[in-house]
Amino acid sequence: MTKKSESSRRHFIAGVAATAGLAAAGSFVPTRFAIGVAAPVKVGILLPYSGTYAMLGNSITNALKMRIDQAGGKLGGRAVEYVALDSEMSVPKAPTNTNKLIKKEKVDFLVGPVHSGIAAAMAKIVGPRNAPIMIVPNAGHNGITGSLCAPNIFRTSFSNWQPAFPGGKVMADDGHKTCVTIAWKYGAGIQMMAAGKENFEKHGGKVVKDIQVPFPKVEFQAFLSEIASIKPDAVFSFFSGGGAVKFVKDYAAAGLKDSIPLYGPGFLTEGVSKAQGAAAEGIKTTLHYAANLDSDANRKFRADYEKAYGASANVFSVQGFDTGSLLLQAMAAVGGDTGATKDLISVMEGATIVDSPRGAWKMSKAHNPIQDIYLRQVKSGENLVLGVAAKNLEDPATGCSMA
Amino acid sequence: MDLTTFLIQTLNGVQYGFLLFLVASGLTLIFGIMGIINLAHGAFYMLGAYIVYWLMGYTDNLLIAVLVGLPIMLAVGYLIERFAISYLYDRDHLYQVLLTYGLILIFNELQKIFWGTDFYSVPVPSVLGGSVTLTETQVYPVYRLFISLICMTIAAGMYVLIGRTRLGMMIRAGASNREMAQVLGINIGRVFAIVFSLGAALAAFAGMVGAPISSVYPGMGDQILIISFVVVVIGGIGSIKGAFVGAMLIGLADTFGQVLLPDFASVVVYAVMALVLLWRPQGLFGKA
Repeated sequence: MTKKSESSRRHFIAGVAATAGLAAAGSFVPTRFAIGVAAPVKVGILLPYSGTYAMLGNSITNALKMRIDQAGGKLGGRAVEYVALDSEMSVPKAPTNTNKLIKKEKVDFLVGPVHSGIAAAMAKIVGPRNAPIMIVPNAGHNGITGSLCAPNIFRTSFSNWQPAFPGGKVMADDGHKTCVTIAWKYGAGIQMMAAGKENFEKHGGKVVKDIQVPFPKVEFQAFLSEIASIKPDAVFSFFSGGGAVKFVKDYAAAGLKDSIPLYGPGFLTEGVSKAQGAAAEGIKTTLHYAANLDSDANRKFRADYEKAYGASANVFSVQGFDTGSLLLQAMAAVGGDTGATKDLISVMEGATIVDSPRGAWKMSKAHNPIQDIYLRQVKSGENLVLGVAAKNLEDPATGCSMA
Repeated sequence: MDLTTFLIQTLNGVQYGFLLFLVASGLTLIFGIMGIINLAHGAFYMLGAYIVYWLMGYTDNLLIAVLVGLPIMLAVGYLIERFAISYLYDRDHLYQVLLTYGLILIFNELQKIFWGTDFYSVPVPSVLGGSVTLTETQVYPVYRLFISLICMTIAAGMYVLIGRTRLGMMIRAGASNREMAQVLGINIGRVFAIVFSLGAALAAFAGMVGAPISSVYPGMGDQILIISFVVVVIGGIGSIKGAFVGAMLIGLADTFGQVLLPDFASVVVYAVMALVLLWRPQGLFGKA
């Protein structure tokens, strides 16, 4: 019943939009505030605002709002209302939170999450419903734009495969023959290590041991002793947040840093290299962003962000910023008609984000960015770009019927 | 595994055990003696780490930061006991769980307001910044050995405090029979306030001396809380000796579990706990 009446309302709005134009359509959109004023576009956000990954949630939200505010604070001419929920990084709570945003808040767009496990839980709810449009601003779970891909699910960040795959070649190019991989044992860690290994072995290397650390454990001594006794040429690693700080520091304190160089997807040193201090100096990582990318878009973005929030921008804020850009593009194209889901999807599908701080990128058929992956090295606490590790890298989108 | 690796891993396990003991000792003190299930123990640990990070901004000297930070945490513990915990001694454990869970939320929010959600680190004091060579590839940070030394001192200190001093006698008397102790003229309210602030300060102290190797970040206390409860339950509730043995057991089991049974690394600790409880439901040194 409910579903039927909703869809007829959408048709009605769409029809009005077509005939009477946008301004008129605005006044016909039902609103609970005042008749004659367009109801705001509801953007539901499900991100972590507490716990270890709180910094990520805040960075994404800040930059998303900054992007939309810079464009006048409106999406397709309509005001924006944000409904943000703390995901608490809890996978069991993900279905409840998702349903709350979809059914109770009736959001027009769903932005989230950070955690791959939550992403999978959300995608399983949002995908089969074909609504609302979900934009993933971080979680890299390969399946989101792979086996779980759906027309209404988009990603503005990366797939786990993307930042890790080029890292394998970087290690091989540096002349390393053997490597130990070490990462947290959950979606992101497992998928990234597999991608790095794939490319390292393709270029003649050999992964001699795959160490999986229970998530979110941060006591690494036993593993470091194991690495020291194996003596590989290099170590390939994924940790993030507080775990990344501690792993990189412990790695250096165990005396391994100079004899066995550390590599990994850029999260190892992203947003945390200041806390890591000297222990991170010289570590090479691969990621779809670097702080000193030489473009006006990046310089302006960093200056604006610093000014607005008093903190340095990082890759997470870039992803939030681009989520804003994607929303702006799509909503401008349909003139603010959130009922025109099909049109919104087709605009997003063909989107190119030209003014992204990370450099221009294009949406793939599986709805994941086709983007450059940069090789970066930590110098004086900053991730500085050394070059492009992989140009226009597209995720293989294994298992996605749309690709 | 050759002998060298075995010895190094043993060292890792023992060292981890010391760290666990440092956190768990305060918990067993409060849990065992006062019968309070203090879920906020991890929050105190986190608070200790953040306070040291904050004070290091002014002094650059870890020793001074700890010496200034400890009285702050003693006061925090005292105030919480006086104005919150003390009303719940006669109530069911569920009320205490609710209250201390609430405290976690409050402290996490305060941490976010004061220090934000960024990751911080505290430098290792330069005097202890060196390292000991173990093998040609691995060295061992002196600071980790120093922490072990501190833990041994704390363990000995608590053993003496509980077993050999007048205050310890009052604490033990209050723990075994509160009414009788009161009849004999012991001010139990004051004794419990002291125990609680000591427990809070111990947790914070663990966060403080651990900060240089653990780094400082939101949610750091939640992770330490569960493993501390495991240690306390294995050792026997309220037993300092038990907490020590339990911590060592867990430290070693965790370390060797990860190396020898990597696929089961995350359950080894809990399997050990289950086995110990099957054998001795009251814990290794608990009173039946």
